[in-house]
Amino acid sequence: MKFAVITFPGSNCDYDCYRAVKDHLKCQVEYIWHREHSLNNCDCVILPGGFSYGDYLRTGAIARFSPIMQQVIDFADKGGPVIGICNGFQILLESGLLPGAMLVNRNLQFICQTVHLKVENNRLPFTNRLTAGQLLRVPIAHKEGNYYADDRTIKELEDNGRVVFRYSDGSGQADEKSNPNGSLNNIAGITNKKGNVLGMMPHPERAMEQLLGSSDGALVFDSIKNFLGAN
Amino acid sequence: MLTAEIHVTLKELVLDPQGTTLKRSMETMGYQGIEEVRMGKFIQVRFDSDDRQAVEKKVDEMCRQILSNPVIEQYSYSLREGR
Repeated sequence: MKFAVITFPGSNCDYDCYRAVKDHLKCQVEYIWHREHSLNNCDCVILPGGFSYGDYLRTGAIARFSPIMQQVIDFADKGGPVIGICNGFQILLESGLLPGAMLVNRNLQFICQTVHLKVENNRLPFTNRLTAGQLLRVPIAHKEGNYYADDRTIKELEDNGRVVFRYSDGSGQADEKSNPNGSLNNIAGITNKKGNVLGMMPHPERAMEQLLGSSDGALVFDSIKNFLGAN
Repeated sequence: MLTAEIHVTLKELVLDPQGTTLKRSMETMGYQGIEEVRMGKFIQVRFDSDDRQAVEKKVDEMCRQILSNPVIEQYSYSLREGR
């Protein structure tokens, strides 16, 4: 069972993801530089957070054209699990693997805080160790995390269980008050039609142990290992 | 030589928090009668070609492929001679 962490110039959560897999899951993991043309037979791709290409033009817009991204798209098309976190999510949106786009946060600020996430779909490779309605405490750290899509896309996501995580308060209430960045319907994470690609703005790899404030993020990684082990 | 001048802006339907904040700020400064402020990007691309038709086709493709995100943005451009 091997994980790949794709590294772009400007990625800065790559080591956190690497460590989550190596030290927590005790699985094989390797960095793959964005200029590479092979995923080296990995079983799961992680697109980490950061500021690929300095966020020039739009977040994720330039990384999307890195050579390795064609391999990631082919891997996803064949059903391989791909998780994009924060900037990784933005790259997935730009590459068309997930629908919608990110706007600047409603308050125009870079927001760095721990939020509550409500689990909406626990039937995915990334969420099978969670329960529907469960609340996770995971940090966010972004300026462009204000999820936007047209009405039809939002309906399609909502009607088909493709909203995976929603920003909520400590009691599971997802409303304006518990929405940190202005995302439509408090959307924090979505999946593709087949359910093998997940994009999420919050950072599970930064919530791997109590010492860092929360270990809830470990459940996302546990889920992936569980999924890969069963397949 | 041809230069493309490209404007990329958020679609009308998409809220523009930067534009809204600018509007409020300018109103605080005393400017009246501002209906709306929209912010966007201005991009210049210079070509070593004088073939307007070919350059136009290229610019349009660039705008769709990378310079704008059609989910949230719209673009317009004009071509002019020289730098």
